[in-house]
Amino acid sequence: MSYCFEIKGLDLFYGEFQALKNINMNIEEGGITAYIGPSGCGKSTLIKTLNRMNDLIEGCKITGEIKLFGEDIYGNMDVNVLRKRVGMVFQKPNPFPMSVYDNIAFGPRTHGTRSKAQLNQIVEESLQKAAIWDEVKDRLHKSALGLSGGQQQRLCIARALAVNPEVLLLDEPTSALDPISTGKIEELLLTLKEKYSIIIVTHNMQQATRISDNTAFFLLGEVIEYGKTEDLFAMPKDKRTEDYITGRFG
Amino acid sequence: MAAITWIGAILTIGILLYIIGFILIKGLPHLKPSLFALEYNSENVSMLPAIITTIIMTIIALIIAVPLGVCAAIYLVEYAKRGNKAVTLIRMTTETLSGIPSIVYGLFGLLFFVTYLGWGYSVLAGAFTMSIMILPLIIRSSEEALRAVPDSFREGSFGLGAGKLRTVAKIVLPTATPGILSGIILAVGRIVGETAALIYTAGTVAQIPVSPMQSARTLAVHMYALSSEGLHTNEAYATAVVLLIVVILINLASTKLAGRFGGKAQG
Repeated sequence: MSYCFEIKGLDLFYGEFQALKNINMNIEEGGITAYIGPSGCGKSTLIKTLNRMNDLIEGCKITGEIKLFGEDIYGNMDVNVLRKRVGMVFQKPNPFPMSVYDNIAFGPRTHGTRSKAQLNQIVEESLQKAAIWDEVKDRLHKSALGLSGGQQQRLCIARALAVNPEVLLLDEPTSALDPISTGKIEELLLTLKEKYSIIIVTHNMQQATRISDNTAFFLLGEVIEYGKTEDLFAMPKDKRTEDYITGRFG
Repeated sequence: MAAITWIGAILTIGILLYIIGFILIKGLPHLKPSLFALEYNSENVSMLPAIITTIIMTIIALIIAVPLGVCAAIYLVEYAKRGNKAVTLIRMTTETLSGIPSIVYGLFGLLFFVTYLGWGYSVLAGAFTMSIMILPLIIRSSEEALRAVPDSFREGSFGLGAGKLRTVAKIVLPTATPGILSGIILAVGRIVGETAALIYTAGTVAQIPVSPMQSARTLAVHMYALSSEGLHTNEAYATAVVLLIVVILINLASTKLAGRFGGKAQG
C-alpha cells in the first residue's frame, strides 16, 4: 500500500487557539478519503494544510510533518508547485469572472503552457473529465458566471484537473448545491478516483458512505477514528464516533 | 417628518435644475461656432484653445497619478499586512490630502514646481499639481475596488499554483478595473472643474500650448477669466454650458461603470 500523504505529529495554531492536535494519518494513494465531523472540528483546516492554503492566514503556526509522496511539503518544496500537484475545489463555486475557456486555461497558462493547440486540448480534456463538456462546448467563450451553481462547481473541478494534479482536495464541494447537482458531482468523483487521490471534507455522512473508501472522524481538532468507510460506519470503535454517526450530536 | 424630507428632496433637485436651467438660458444663445475657432483674440474669445489645454492637462495628470495611485492601492490591499503601521500612515495621509482645499495645492505647486524647480507657469506645473490633488481620490477608489474583489477569486488562483503577482495581475486587477476606472473618471471631473490651483501653476494664457513648458488655461480657468474681466460675460456663460455638459457626461460615465462593477462583483 502506498500513500499520497503521510502526516506525522501535526499541530496547528491560529494565534493561541489550537485547531489541530497531534494529527497522525497516512492517506492512501488512489481512492477517496472522506473527512467528517461537526463544524469547527478541524477537518477543513487539515485539508487546507495539505496544499498550504493556511499560509495565507495570518497568525497560523504549524508544527509537525506532512509528506507528499515522501517529500516534505513544508520543507524545500515550492508552494506553487505543491498547489499544482495538489489541486483544490472550494465550498462555494468560485469561477473567475472570465470565459469558461479562460477559467480552465488559467492554470496551464500559469505553469507555462502557451501553445494555442495545446491549451485547446487541455480545455476540452479537462471539461470532459469533469463531465461538463457537453453542457459548455457551445459557450466556451462566454462568461463562466452565467452557469448554474452545479455547473460552476464542475467547472471548478475541471479547472483544478487542468493542471494535472496528483491529489484533489475538495472542501465540502456540494454543500452549496441542490441534490441533483450533488449527485452529478458524486458520480464524477467516483470516476475520477481511478486517476487521482481524492480527499473530501463533507458535512453529509450519507455522502461519505456513498463515495469514500476511507473515512476519518474529527472532533475538536483531533482524529477520533480513521479507517475503512464501511468499518467505521458499521462498527465504530469509539463511542464518540458512534454517537456522531447515529446522529446523537453534531 | 415625511413632509420635511419631501421638501428637502424637492428643494435639492429644484436648486440643481435651477442652476442648470439658468446656465443654459444664459449661455445657449451665445454658443456660436466662432467660439470654437483655433485662435483666441480679444475680439473672438474662442474656447477651443482652453478645451485642448484641458485635454492635455488631464492626460498628463492621469499619466502621473494613475500608475502611482493604483500601485499604492494594490500595496495597501494585497501586500501590506493588517495593522501594519505604514498602512495606517498611508491611509491617514490620503485622507488628510483629500481634505485639503485645492488652493493649498495651488500654492504648493507655485512654490515647488513653478518657482523652486523653475518650470514657470506651465502646463507641466499645472498637471503635476493636479496629479497630486487627485492622487488621494485615485488611491481610495482603487482601494475600494480591490477590496470588493471576493477573496474566493484569490483563493481559486492560489489554489491553482499561481503566485501573488500573477493573481493580482490576472485575476484581481481585471476584476477591479471598472471600479478603478470610475474613480479615474471622477478624478478627471475634478481636474476639469479646477480653477484656483491652476491659476497659480499653469497661468492664464489663452493660446494652444505648443510645449508643456508653456502657460495655458483650461476651460474652467477660461470661464473664470472671462467673467472676472467683465467684458465677455455672455461668452463666459457659453463656456459654462460646455463645462456643465462635460461634467455631466463624466459623472454619467462614472456611475455607469460603477454600476457595472457592482453587478459583476456579486457573480
